[in-house]
Amino acid sequence: MTSSTSTHNTERHSAPHHSGKATVSLPSDTQILITRHFDAPRALLWRAWTTPELVKKWWAGQRGQVTSAEIDLRVGGSYRYVLVANEGFEVGFHGEFSEIVDGEKIVKTEIFEGAPDGVAVNTDTFADAGGGTQLSVLVDCPDQQTRDMIVASGMEDGMQESYDALETVAGGLAAS
Amino acid sequence: MARAATTTDAFNAVAEPRRRQILDVLVRGERPVGDLVVALGVAQPVVSKHLKVLRDVGLVQVRDDGRQRVYRVDARPLREIHEWLAGYSDLWNERLDLLDEVLAELAAAESGTPAVRPPDVGSQHPEEQS
Repeated sequence: MTSSTSTHNTERHSAPHHSGKATVSLPSDTQILITRHFDAPRALLWRAWTTPELVKKWWAGQRGQVTSAEIDLRVGGSYRYVLVANEGFEVGFHGEFSEIVDGEKIVKTEIFEGAPDGVAVNTDTFADAGGGTQLSVLVDCPDQQTRDMIVASGMEDGMQESYDALETVAGGLAAS
Repeated sequence: MARAATTTDAFNAVAEPRRRQILDVLVRGERPVGDLVVALGVAQPVVSKHLKVLRDVGLVQVRDDGRQRVYRVDARPLREIHEWLAGYSDLWNERLDLLDEVLAELAAAESGTPAVRPPDVGSQHPEEQS
């Protein structure tokens, strides 16, 4: 007799100190959607997202250092982030806030200063979810070319990602 | 990365939900069109129209198997999308992982206890002694 015991001995949990992995999808030709769950209260996430000294600590990722973060968080107010990439070049982004719902939602333009013609509109939303907070960043671009440029801006020199995640990609695209 | 004209572009092809559904079915193995009609629950002409787009951008290949045509995924254009999106996705993961750390610092600074606790529970901070 064949024993048909399925050995699901390990459920996949995220590493203890990361509450999740961001999902990046392309809901339409002109949009990018980033979603991520945080094991932190909404008020805290909001603060880390909107306070210059705190933005400086995370916005560059591993790509460099944020050298300047200015945020005038009010409708009509502007913001500007500058980072110096590890390779030494400087990259600036700026924009203006068009809608702010305290603790819940920010709508702002985003202009990459290297290609200032493409003005994206970012909608950042913060929602209570599972004892933490669900963040979503929807990047709305005026056209596909701008969308593609923004995505390409995240590309580093190499393609460090492995090739074996194709089914995941297909699934992610379908889920978007 | 070099990109094809938008009319023959894998990126556009997968922007359409039905076409993503078709790929989702085919990624599990090759199927005749009739199976796709059943799986998607839409009329064959609709499926055929989407299959044509997918074939045009190279995401789907077809072969004749007796009397029926069998479709399968060709993942190469998807790989291109994956690679293209990977850098951007990595950037956001790096950012948001760092944001996790910032949040942990904030929570720790706010109270020695989990952030949901009111701050004055057991607070004995003799910090302000001006």
